[in-house]
Amino acid sequence: MPNNSTSFATQLQKAQHHAMQNDPGMICMGLGIDDPKAIFGTTSGLQTAFGQSRVFDMPTAENAMTGIGVGAAIAGTRVLMTHQRVDFFLLAMDQLVNNAAKWHYMFNGQMSVPLTIRLIVGRGWGQGPTHQQSLQSWFSHIPGLKVVVPGLTDNAGQLLYDAIMDNNPTIFLEHRWLHNQIASEDECQPLTEQPRHTRILREGEDYTIISNSYMLSEALQAQKYMQQFGIQCEVIEIASPTNIDWHVLYQSVKKSRRCIVTDMGHTFCSLASEIANRIYSECFQSLLCPVTTLGLPHYPEPTSYGLTPDYYPNINSFIQTISGNCGVDIARITTTQHHDIPGEWFKGPF
Amino acid sequence: MPDLKEVYFQTLRIRKIEEAIAERYSEQKMRCPTHLSIGQELVPVAISQYLTTRDKAYSSHRAHAHYLAKGGDLSKLIAELHGKSGGCTAGRGGSMHLSDLDCGFIASTAIVGNSIPLATGNALHQQLSQSDGITISYFGDGATEEGAFYESLNFATVRSLPILYACENNQYSVYSPLSVRQPASRSIAKLAAEIGVKSFSVDGNDPQRVLEASQAAIEFIRKERKPALVEYFTYRHREHCGPNFDDELNYREAHEVEEWLANDPLKNLQKLLSSDSDFSHFQARVSEQITQEIEAAFNFASSSPFGDPIDNERYIYAK
Ligand SMILES: Cc1ncc(C[n+]2csc(CCOP(=O)(O)OP(=O)(O)O)c2C)c(N)n1
Ligand SMILES: [Mg+2]
Repeated sequence: MPNNSTSFATQLQKAQHHAMQNDPGMICMGLGIDDPKAIFGTTSGLQTAFGQSRVFDMPTAENAMTGIGVGAAIAGTRVLMTHQRVDFFLLAMDQLVNNAAKWHYMFNGQMSVPLTIRLIVGRGWGQGPTHQQSLQSWFSHIPGLKVVVPGLTDNAGQLLYDAIMDNNPTIFLEHRWLHNQIASEDECQPLTEQPRHTRILREGEDYTIISNSYMLSEALQAQKYMQQFGIQCEVIEIASPTNIDWHVLYQSVKKSRRCIVTDMGHTFCSLASEIANRIYSECFQSLLCPVTTLGLPHYPEPTSYGLTPDYYPNINSFIQTISGNCGVDIARITTTQHHDIPGEWFKGPF
Repeated sequence: MPDLKEVYFQTLRIRKIEEAIAERYSEQKMRCPTHLSIGQELVPVAISQYLTTRDKAYSSHRAHAHYLAKGGDLSKLIAELHGKSGGCTAGRGGSMHLSDLDCGFIASTAIVGNSIPLATGNALHQQLSQSDGITISYFGDGATEEGAFYESLNFATVRSLPILYACENNQYSVYSPLSVRQPASRSIAKLAAEIGVKSFSVDGNDPQRVLEASQAAIEFIRKERKPALVEYFTYRHREHCGPNFDDELNYREAHEVEEWLANDPLKNLQKLLSSDSDFSHFQARVSEQITQEIEAAFNFASSSPFGDPIDNERYIYAK
């Protein structure tokens, strides 16, 4: 553990505290926001610091509560809502898509919706068909919504702070397996500075890997592993699908001439396939091999441990693709770790 | 009035099954979120006394007791929790998505309030096909805060659908008490009555009252072909999700927990039956029988293989 260690969850918690301090009108709501588990530790102390009128639990009523959040935001209250799973939020798609996303445009720029919705993506321990959906591609499809998909502790807080302070409806998708990710406090980006949503995290000549959220952890591991075999991967984080610096991607692929795009949604009609498409258009002449999209197969996640060992792409998916396309034979990694937990800290059930 | 000993037997059976699941959960072989019904078993047992397999049930995330009381297969439940091919959905759904069509338990679903409209649709089907069956929709107090609850009751009233809305009010949604979710004066039964649904409200742990209210509601639905709602006040003994007690977190007042533990439906049944001279003998006999049944179900689950992931692509679309 590094000196001054901090976690992904702690960074999110700090960002919320800071935003609440800097905007005295801001409110936070969500089921269980003030309960003993404090949304996986991300909202601890908020209610004590800012009181029950600004930080509050709510009825199990996602649809109306989202509409209430949208209405309050239109009126001028900065609103942050949190849901423990993306899947629970699906009840509120009408308010999000028909109102929040369109309001500024539909009323000719007269009003705006300073609303951020934190949604947690579940995985593992049998989260199954209705507790693990990764829907960033859906949300990105809707004009007017901003989408942020953090993957690393060093900028998670900065990204959240920026999302909250932004005057547009923003979906902030947190992967459950990231909350315990550790980093050194010194590495963390200052909360109030403008974040860079597209970042080259590792430079390399041979392969470009474009990634975000939890897949970024797998990508970084793969980058390290491939290095031992003389293959240098360039790892690029796209923390916001709706704010991609495309030239960074194109330049990288023109240099490396090979590319993997990973995204934890179903690959069909996805963010990954959209990025791949643009890379084909812009870098066609440079490519030595097809762009690979690593994501989920086109069926719901079964609950069973026995049915899911290959459901999610992992480090071996990278090794297989890269070694195949580079014409080298590199051994897969064998592990004794259960595929449905990120580490010993997570033993379910939620 | 059904035989109280039978009610006791079924309540005890579910209690022991749930306790066996809790005890073995830490072996980490049941790898899915699991919401136990311990403390709330009496409600579905009582309701099921008045049902046949022509009557259909839908439920929520906390579904084990509903499934078992309706006649759901125990071995298939335990295998499902283990993710095995012998499970009631062959491992696809896990604890929160149970089904046993043979006994009329159509499905439980994991999103709060989500199955209330489905149950209402089942009742619409029963009406349109002139079936004499009725539908049971099980849900918690939290689910009554979702719009789908009001919208469903409204439609069921407009169309006079044969459905029992069985609300188990255990006063919590995860750690959130009713006080932060509903006004103090709220009666879910009265609310439903205002929508036009025949309503009852009862201590869900009091055997005689629960049987009476369930019978009255179901007889009303069968006779009038109209919807009814029963609000059953009850209490979950353990944590919201998972096998443990969590009273050390102090989100429920100690005296409240004590009062409800004293008003345990199983203890209440025991009290009612204690004057029966044969009861202790009966108790020992069924207890042993249940233990063996549970053992057999866990053996079935552990010997059942995992399905082959090659079949994961099956059933994306119906033929
Ligand atoms: C739409 C939705 N919101 C939130 C959740 C998370 N959740 C799962 S169970 C539960 C509690 C619901 O309370 P209640 O309906 O009273 O049922 P109980 O757990 O008390 O039996 C919550 C909030 C969910 N599954 N679906
Ligand atoms: Mg409840």
